[in-house]
Amino acid sequence: MDPIHQFEIKNLLPIFRIGTTEIALTNSALFMLIGLGLILLLMLGATRSRALVPGRLQTLAEMFYEFIAGTLRSTAGPEGMKFFPLVFSIFMFILVLNVMGIIPYAFTVTSHIIITVAFALLVFLTVVIYGFWLHGLRFLKLFVPTGIPIYILPLVTAIEVLSFFSRPVSHSVRLFANMLAGHITLKVFGGFVVMLAGFGFLGWLGAALPLALTTALTALELLVALLQAYVFAILTCIYLSDALHPGH
Amino acid sequence: MDPTAAKYIGAGIACIGMGGAGVGVGIIFGNYLAAAIRNPSAAAGQFANLIFGFAITEALGIFSLLIALLLLFALG
Repeated sequence: MDPIHQFEIKNLLPIFRIGTTEIALTNSALFMLIGLGLILLLMLGATRSRALVPGRLQTLAEMFYEFIAGTLRSTAGPEGMKFFPLVFSIFMFILVLNVMGIIPYAFTVTSHIIITVAFALLVFLTVVIYGFWLHGLRFLKLFVPTGIPIYILPLVTAIEVLSFFSRPVSHSVRLFANMLAGHITLKVFGGFVVMLAGFGFLGWLGAALPLALTTALTALELLVALLQAYVFAILTCIYLSDALHPGH
Repeated sequence: MDPTAAKYIGAGIACIGMGGAGVGVGIIFGNYLAAAIRNPSAAAGQFANLIFGFAITEALGIFSLLIALLLLFALG
């Protein structure tokens, strides 16, 4: 009945250890591999026939492609398309992992902050390194917006620097906390059903209410899973757009 | 005060911050809906901006939820 128990990392297959650090196949790694396999199946299956009139699977893959390509073009411009493989991989991976987490007894990989921080830092470092590589020191113009009166410019610059460095924090915590809070809520309401059902016949009648609510919350969680994958992708696009056009 | 009790009270107080995020998200979606009814043809083009504003606003509420979760489960 412990709502945190579902996020426990289990060691499924010890592989080897370096000093005191154990390298093992955990349930987190297993679900990441399953997610990767599902994406590979979808994409390889969809691109196998390459028909002019697409079949069902190809239509699905083309929908995902057009969706992300359209978002990337509208936020980062046509030159942002060179980042398409990065954004598309991140979107598909997070989407599949989020949706797999809804399935009962499945493990939600994205509810661990280490995973989301890894994604957010990947995007953050890509922006910083690519921005300096492309623009040199002119990349720092990102922190100095044009058209600001000179006497409030130091304040605005300080705020811009602070908001730039808090990006990876909010980027990763948003996805992690959404998935964590959603799954805790589902578990707590599931616990209500079990507790009420323990009271006999009247309890069974009462348990119908939290059961209906759990069903509705599962639908909401599906929406959140899709939305948070999209939010993560669109924020990635917006941050990458800063690397391409630092002068606003 | 008993430290455990203080921990639970702190977690409850931290959750008040989510109310502000709730108001903010409501304003964003309400204004988007009002604008979309006035000019439905322009609504689809602003969907990305809607989601961006939603994400930025929601993050602040999530931070207070995170403090509550840290108090409940992570700190002693």
